[in-house]
Amino acid sequence: MTGGSTTGDDGATAPSSGLQEERVAWPLWEVFVRSSRGLSHVHAGSLHAPDAEMAVRNARDLYTRRNEGVSLWVVPASSIITSDPDAKDSFFESPQGKDYRHATYYTKSEGVKHL
Amino acid sequence: MSEANASATRITPGNALRPEDIALQEAAPDHAVAQYALWLGDDALILAQRLGWWISRAPELEEDVALANIALDQIGHARSFLTYAGRAWGRTEDDLAYFRREPEFRSVHLVEQPNGDFARTIARQLIVALYQWELYSRLVHSTDATLAAIAAKAVKEVDYHRDHSIQWVLRLALGTDESRRRMIAGLTLTGPYIDELFTDYPLIDELGDAGVRPSSLRAPFDAALQAVLGEAELELPAVPGAVGGGRLGRHSEHLGYILAELQVLAREHPGASW
Repeated sequence: MTGGSTTGDDGATAPSSGLQEERVAWPLWEVFVRSSRGLSHVHAGSLHAPDAEMAVRNARDLYTRRNEGVSLWVVPASSIITSDPDAKDSFFESPQGKDYRHATYYTKSEGVKHL
Repeated sequence: MSEANASATRITPGNALRPEDIALQEAAPDHAVAQYALWLGDDALILAQRLGWWISRAPELEEDVALANIALDQIGHARSFLTYAGRAWGRTEDDLAYFRREPEFRSVHLVEQPNGDFARTIARQLIVALYQWELYSRLVHSTDATLAAIAAKAVKEVDYHRDHSIQWVLRLALGTDESRRRMIAGLTLTGPYIDELFTDYPLIDELGDAGVRPSSLRAPFDAALQAVLGEAELELPAVPGAVGGGRLGRHSEHLGYILAELQVLAREHPGASW
């Protein structure tokens, strides 16, 4: 017995069939938590789970133990299509110097109310 | 019983009763209710100690956390029950948890059983969770307001423990040949400890409607267990029941070792806090 525990695995393990299959890691899931009604689900983190049902349960255990949420989404990480980090310049920097994309760029026309 | 009800002013919906509240109550349970609370508290305490062993050892990190959370829930139930029981004898939850000897514990043999492999732990969890759910969902109607309040908090948590173990039984039983073999082995080792859960002792007659008669839980428990096993394409192995006696302080060879690990720190450093 390893670990020196007196209360653990007291030789009670089921006899091994002699088959040592290669351990396959559980797939990765992304977790989204809605903290209260009316708010959006927000990405909280990720976890491993063997399937979708267990992923929701693991998410409950990992991300909502302290009253953080009223709703959970889990999504297979492989289903999320991400933007390319190397394409950051072409993706996100083009708004710089283009103030006209913001409403504040424009002066209010005379006589327009409630704007 | 009317005294216990008078103290129920602290118990409000949406504001679950905490052990600290119970310790402050003026009314103390009568001897029968205290003894009954000890039964339930000891079951939860010993199960929590067993489950805690899995921390850092579970097959996956996520399952490590799940088992630890279940253990923590059980510790919470144990704290409430033992705090309440202790009020009858002027003893704290710590007095009862750390400074009783093995024959003074009233837990059933089921919760003392070794963790074994993951499947054996899940088999034990399935039996415990189904039993505790049937018990607590009726104890919420106890004439003892404190027991009812503890059960009201516990039943929601045990509902999750039930779901957790059912999900795993299904996956292990219907997974690979190896996982199914282990699930069946786990059930075979756990089956003998079911009967003790439903034994009526004379204390139950003294309790009246403050407690739940164990034998009355047998039929709904069996139905719930059959439903799970049916879905998992399993049968409860035909094994004879083990000799019980946990409620009388007669325990299996395992409890002494569990208590040694549970109590050593508190006994080595009495009164220490951290």
